[in-house]
Amino acid sequence: MEEQKYTAADYKSDQSVRWCPGCGDHAVLNSLHKAMATLGVPPCKTAVISGIGCSSRLPYYMNTYGFHTIHGRAAAIATGFKVANPEMTVWQISGDGDGLAIGGNHFIHAVRRNIDLNIILFNNKIYGLTKGQYSPTSDRGFVSKSSPYGTTEDPFIPAELVFGARGTFFARTIDVELNISQEVLVAAAKHKGASIVEMLTNCMIFNNGIHNFITDRETRADRTIHLVHGEKMIFGKEKNMGIVQDGFGLKAVEIGKDGYTIDDVLVHDAHSQSNFLHQQLAMMDGHELPLAIGVIRDVEGLTYNDEVDHQVAEVRAKKGFDSLRSMILAGETWEVK
Amino acid sequence: MLEQTSVKTLDKVVVRFSGDSGDGMQLAGNIFTNVSAGVGNSVSTFPDYPAEVRAPQGSLSGVSGFQVSVGAGVHTPGDECDVLVAMNPAALKQHVKFLKPTGVIILDIDAFKPEGLKKALFETDDPIKELGITAQVVEVPVTTMTKAALADSGMDNKSILKCRNIFALGLVCWLFDRPLANALHMLKNKFAKKPAVFEANAKVIQAGYDYGHNIHASVSTYRIETEPIKAGTYTDINGNTATAWGLILASEKSHRPLFLGSYPITPATDILHELAKRKDLGVKACQMEDEIAGVCSAIGASFAGDLAVTSTSGPGLALKSEGIGLAVMAELPLVVIDVQRGGPSTGLPTKTEQTDLMQALYGRNGESPVAVVAPASPTDCFTMAFEASRIALEHMTPVILLSDAFIGNGSSAWRIPEENEYPEIKCNFVPEDKKEGWKPYLRDPQTLVRYWAIPGTEGLMHRLGGLEKNAETSAISNDPLNHEKMVGIRREKVARIANDIPQQDVLFDADAKTLLIGWGGTYGHLLTAAQELNKAGKQVAYTHFRYINPLPANTADVINKYDTIIVAELNTGMFADYLQAKFPGKVIKRINKVQGQPFMVKEIVDGVTKIMEGK
Repeated sequence: MEEQKYTAADYKSDQSVRWCPGCGDHAVLNSLHKAMATLGVPPCKTAVISGIGCSSRLPYYMNTYGFHTIHGRAAAIATGFKVANPEMTVWQISGDGDGLAIGGNHFIHAVRRNIDLNIILFNNKIYGLTKGQYSPTSDRGFVSKSSPYGTTEDPFIPAELVFGARGTFFARTIDVELNISQEVLVAAAKHKGASIVEMLTNCMIFNNGIHNFITDRETRADRTIHLVHGEKMIFGKEKNMGIVQDGFGLKAVEIGKDGYTIDDVLVHDAHSQSNFLHQQLAMMDGHELPLAIGVIRDVEGLTYNDEVDHQVAEVRAKKGFDSLRSMILAGETWEVK
Repeated sequence: MLEQTSVKTLDKVVVRFSGDSGDGMQLAGNIFTNVSAGVGNSVSTFPDYPAEVRAPQGSLSGVSGFQVSVGAGVHTPGDECDVLVAMNPAALKQHVKFLKPTGVIILDIDAFKPEGLKKALFETDDPIKELGITAQVVEVPVTTMTKAALADSGMDNKSILKCRNIFALGLVCWLFDRPLANALHMLKNKFAKKPAVFEANAKVIQAGYDYGHNIHASVSTYRIETEPIKAGTYTDINGNTATAWGLILASEKSHRPLFLGSYPITPATDILHELAKRKDLGVKACQMEDEIAGVCSAIGASFAGDLAVTSTSGPGLALKSEGIGLAVMAELPLVVIDVQRGGPSTGLPTKTEQTDLMQALYGRNGESPVAVVAPASPTDCFTMAFEASRIALEHMTPVILLSDAFIGNGSSAWRIPEENEYPEIKCNFVPEDKKEGWKPYLRDPQTLVRYWAIPGTEGLMHRLGGLEKNAETSAISNDPLNHEKMVGIRREKVARIANDIPQQDVLFDADAKTLLIGWGGTYGHLLTAAQELNKAGKQVAYTHFRYINPLPANTADVINKYDTIIVAELNTGMFADYLQAKFPGKVIKRINKVQGQPFMVKEIVDGVTKIMEGK
């Protein structure tokens, strides 16, 4: 194994972490420190840019360049940053409110442009910093301080937004799944373009146990499936369940039962340009079908920042002005003596 | 130092309608003439018929023109036109020679098909390039729009096409604010016996007018004359292009790459257009998804180490407020360009005003001081865009540049600056001896400017943010006294920019007791008015502010020297109020106008005279 140049500690700042004890964000922070050490990008070549919300405090805990900005705007700020300084590896930290409510516009456009950002979307389905209002990912009927009788609206499913905006990378993980989190964060950083990692996190104070149906130790293996590119879609405590194609949809089956064999089980192809199956996998919610975690989609595409650089280089090579003055003098001028 | 500038042409505009002899150019021209006369203009016309009564359609010999000069004190139809309406390629080819270099061409793009180009003996499919046209060209699908407007009229195609001239007329009426009611009256008389034809033309003239409204079509009817007092190489430039070029020069002089994050908005969009072209100079101009993303991407680029700019007009500035506040708090350099237009809300998108001054100075939450500068003329946009960038980079602060529709679209002869006419811009980077134990909010004790570390630099990793920081440790702080201290530091940092800008000049000083004050884009009119007043024996000193916050260090000396202070501005008294708050002992008199129009020299002369005479 190649020796790591950096350890997780190299990416930790000296600030004490202020999240509530037991908050899922602690685990994400640890996974991120470890993923960064694995990637080996020097701290001085790394930037972490966030919006506003509990999770957006994260840059203060990084010994990298960091910017804790304003509510919803991290994607736009990170976009300008990356275009201006493409040598930097840029991480963007947003919550479900920051990224999908007030910042929804910037989010979809960052994905559409395929700007090379690694966007971690902390989804705890609640506004924590303002003490417990429903968010755009809260389920219909969810009771909160701002929806005492339950919400009367449907939530976003982040993956659907990403695919709708023609995203090239989408992964999902759970705060408590440290290894998988690290795995997808590394994959997100390696992907050139906008990488979205939906991180299901638990808010101990205002929404404790919101992901329990998925994360419960007893049932997690049956209600989730860890997708790995090139591997069979197998899950369950006994590793005896598989995902098969069923007409235009998907179905979970027991291998060896009802005539299904291991050969019927789909092999995950994260690199397929068509996102049709990726969408179906991402929409599985743990009920009829297990919730998919891991890298669901990871395809190549032109990145905004590279294309800006290429165009500048191309135009400069063709026109070749070396200064403003030479450009102006090449136009229409006259002399006054 | 500002060049001697005066505004001409406000009094006169020349339009040439040009098309095939069957296109009804004489009718369109006549109606425009009469409508203009109806609003009090004097007019002079020059019908330019072809020799043959009916030359082959679309041919060069069949071009018919009608030139009209309208305005105050018009005695001739004008040698050259400001606006050329060309209904087909032959018209363009024959009449482009009558266009001023700064003029605008409106052409029916639907007529510029291979067939028409051939008839007009063009050799390529790019007539603009072939004729070497550098003037602004507005391509309008006149034929398509006319057909669409009359789709349900039941008229045959030939009759419909006869209404194209009236669509063009409607568009020209929009451009020059001519009320359609008069035009409709004339059409009604003309087609008194053909009500169906009148109905069709009424529909089409409205469609042309609405089209102008919808695309925010505008032409500058002003020519700001600069005296070419200095020898050198000159070019014609409008204020928005000058702004873009001033930013580019600042980028060269600071060795920081130029980034623009912007969103299209009238009348500022041309800055985005120009900088998008300037990829040939390495500029990165990004059209973002909205105004907020425009300023935010610029803030990101600033954090990354670029000279970062966002360009907009009043409504966009409102949307950018929170972002500008972040740049205040993070103490990052940022240039915000506001090409002011009539407000509030959508207001008068193509018209000029100075009504964003208070928004620029105070339109943010919290104690949020920024530097504000305002160019005085189209060519001064170059200097002040450079200055805005210099102040932003050297003082680590957002700077708002208050341009306006009048100088943004107005053009003028401009002497191209020599190589070293503008100074190097020296960013306040972290000095070598301060790198050890450096914190992001440590600052130069003289200027209070914090040191700048560019991401990617080894050893200077740091975190910025919108939360208040401790003055010593740069960590997040809620401490009450620390907050008050930081508020004071940010305020004082901006105030000390006064030590780094030119002193305020006064013109026509002599023994005047009255001081006329202007700021921003009204310079040309006010200067001319002050000249006229003094010539008429009314002693008036004149001073024009381009640095608004902070004011030049000698401002108090200037103001206190005079008994009567008059501020003339295109709002209800914003700069007057600003000065009044700073100089409570003085009574600040006012001359105001809020019509979406620039001052007329006479208005200033009359206003000052009245105040001087104590009326």
